[in-house]
Amino acid sequence: MDKINLIIDNREVSVSQGTTILKAAHNIGIDIPTLCHFELAGLNIHNKPGGCRICVVEVEGRRNLAPACVTECTEGMVVKTNSIRVLNARRTVLELILSDHPADCLVCAKSGNCELQNLAIRFGVRDIPFQGEQSCYKVEVSPSIVRDMNKCVMCRRCETVCNDFQTVGALSAIERGFPAVVSTAFNQKLSYSPCTFCGQCVAVCPVGALVEVDHTPKIIRAIADEKKTVVVQVAPAVRVALGEEFGLKPGSIVTGKLTAALKALGFNYVFDTDWSADLTIMEEGTELISRLTRHLNGDKEVKLPLLTSCCPAWVNFFEYHFPELKEIPSTAKSPQQMFGAIAKSYFANKIGVKREDMVVVSVMPCLAKKYECGREEFKLNGNPEVDYSISTRELATLIKQANIDFNSLEETPFDSPLGESTGAAVIFGTTGGVIEAAVRTAYEVITKKQLPKIDFTELRGLEGVRSATIDVDGLKLNIGIAHGLSNARKLLNEIKEGKSQFHAIEVMACPGGCIDGGGQPLHHGNSDIIKARWEAIYEADRNMPIRKSHENPSVQAIYKEFLGEPCGHKSHELLHTHYFDKAKVIEIKLG
Amino acid sequence: MSVKIQISQKTRTKIEEICKSFHNNPGELINVLHKTQDYLGYLPAEAQEVIAQELGIPTAKVYGVVSFYSFFTMIPKGRYPISICMGTACYVRGAERILDEFKHLLGLNVGETGTDGLFSLASLRCVGACGLAPVVLVGDKVYGRLSSDDVRNIVEEYKNLGFAV
Repeated sequence: MDKINLIIDNREVSVSQGTTILKAAHNIGIDIPTLCHFELAGLNIHNKPGGCRICVVEVEGRRNLAPACVTECTEGMVVKTNSIRVLNARRTVLELILSDHPADCLVCAKSGNCELQNLAIRFGVRDIPFQGEQSCYKVEVSPSIVRDMNKCVMCRRCETVCNDFQTVGALSAIERGFPAVVSTAFNQKLSYSPCTFCGQCVAVCPVGALVEVDHTPKIIRAIADEKKTVVVQVAPAVRVALGEEFGLKPGSIVTGKLTAALKALGFNYVFDTDWSADLTIMEEGTELISRLTRHLNGDKEVKLPLLTSCCPAWVNFFEYHFPELKEIPSTAKSPQQMFGAIAKSYFANKIGVKREDMVVVSVMPCLAKKYECGREEFKLNGNPEVDYSISTRELATLIKQANIDFNSLEETPFDSPLGESTGAAVIFGTTGGVIEAAVRTAYEVITKKQLPKIDFTELRGLEGVRSATIDVDGLKLNIGIAHGLSNARKLLNEIKEGKSQFHAIEVMACPGGCIDGGGQPLHHGNSDIIKARWEAIYEADRNMPIRKSHENPSVQAIYKEFLGEPCGHKSHELLHTHYFDKAKVIEIKLG
Repeated sequence: MSVKIQISQKTRTKIEEICKSFHNNPGELINVLHKTQDYLGYLPAEAQEVIAQELGIPTAKVYGVVSFYSFFTMIPKGRYPISICMGTACYVRGAERILDEFKHLLGLNVGETGTDGLFSLASLRCVGACGLAPVVLVGDKVYGRLSSDDVRNIVEEYKNLGFAV
């Protein structure tokens, strides 16, 4: 393709057709500030409404300033990104945005991580000359997400991820002019909308308009309560991201320091969600094998493909949008809930603690997990299996508050018995990982032979929809993988139309899976960070001495001691669940 | 567990027909909303839910459009919808005084409907009868060259008719 030559700030640049001024400038080290623009390269998330006008530049021959993020380069263009006209306009735009933004930075959850605050610092804003009308919205607290639309800057990133990437459609821009804001249909609460609580809107919000519900004070109180035994579990994706909050480079694996920090915080038992991920594989894998066997024996009733059920946002998604398929997903609870169910039965019994005196906390890369642990079906006489779920970010806050110097901590192993895990469990943290773990176990159980090669690289990758055929000793197993609910929707539509060729499908709601969950450290659109976490997950897998779930000695022991067999009576009672039809039904009114 | 939205069979069938006449094309949302408002007089949340379902788009998007355009309303119109033209010609010939008089007599603001459902008040731009300025519409009927006294008479006239007609 022909190259386009232009001049930016007196420097000659050559770019390919379709390149925006913003990108062209970036290529030669000119960092034009932006606010609404957001791109997660390689992961199909792109928000470019050209609305905030922070990125305006001067283009010779054009009367008006041009937004660099949506203006494409043309041959012979002469661009100035820092003329006095540009700088003045940019400052005015910023001051106008700030004039309708609460100046409560000191107590804002996003402080220090806010893109608007960063712009104000970068521009050296010292006062706000405009005194106009102030937005006045009620702050909404949902089970996972807090929406404070007084802080909204109408970048519409949340709307883009909710509609384009997730096809959930909970959020839309409403009204016009000054009252314009992003909201749900009829300004209903998120709980009454199709929101899945995936938290991707929180992950992309540049300001404090969308943040997670903060459970850290409750954790501190529980730990301080001497009558309570506080047990914590940590999800796989947390260990490859938490380090970023303490200045470590993305992709640092901090498992040992993480456990040390949790012990220093005063948790009585520091366990691993990886342990219950192995347990999940035993249950879900057994379910897959049983459905496959029935299918191969000619049973027409059997529901295939099996859909994974670890991701709570994904569960919410099919309950709202595809309730007619609610019998297809695996009935296995997610690892978070399996852990809670075992901790509050088997383990509580073992250490002689009453259920109500045990508090189970989970550290998750996820915001939907907060919603999940509050689901009624996961409670026994009102007592939940998991009491509180906190995000990776919330854990970082707890560690900082407790004067713990994270980087100098000595690495500590997880406690026993719910801390032992395998490489198969750690890859639950990324797209393709759950199904790879299941295949590792299913292969050996079905063939009764040892896997020739543990790594199923054909299941790995960051493309939105992937498929692979695994040869299980002559049996061709067709696997589908999707991350991002728009991609999951494609596979679900195929199932609905009876066109799906898959035996099993894994779905994770977030881009790249849990590694970029709504509760992870903010990446501000840098997909290299997600890539680094992704690589770290597989490195953590390679570093494990045992890499197949069914070889986890502690999981083997619990079946012998307590559960009996996978998918047996006790398992069904504790480790399996069922799904609900949550679709909006339009009913005919009588009379 | 499911959320139930109630709507009458007649309304539902009519909205479905409207959507179908536009081939259930989401790109025709604005036209579908116009037709539905023509039929119902307003766009209740329930109707928006049906439209969203028929066109296969999120309800939030439908509501986004309804709340964006001032022509669309979620408040039912009165039996006698009163619209005051605030176009340039009417404005310079005292439309604001006329509007104030209606507001005063009906106890309504622009965009509101009376609790008894008899009157609703709206303002609009130029109806193309500038020679008659200032102009007021009651339903489809046009009243021109109005004074404040005429306003009183119009209100009385329709109050006397009541819901009977």
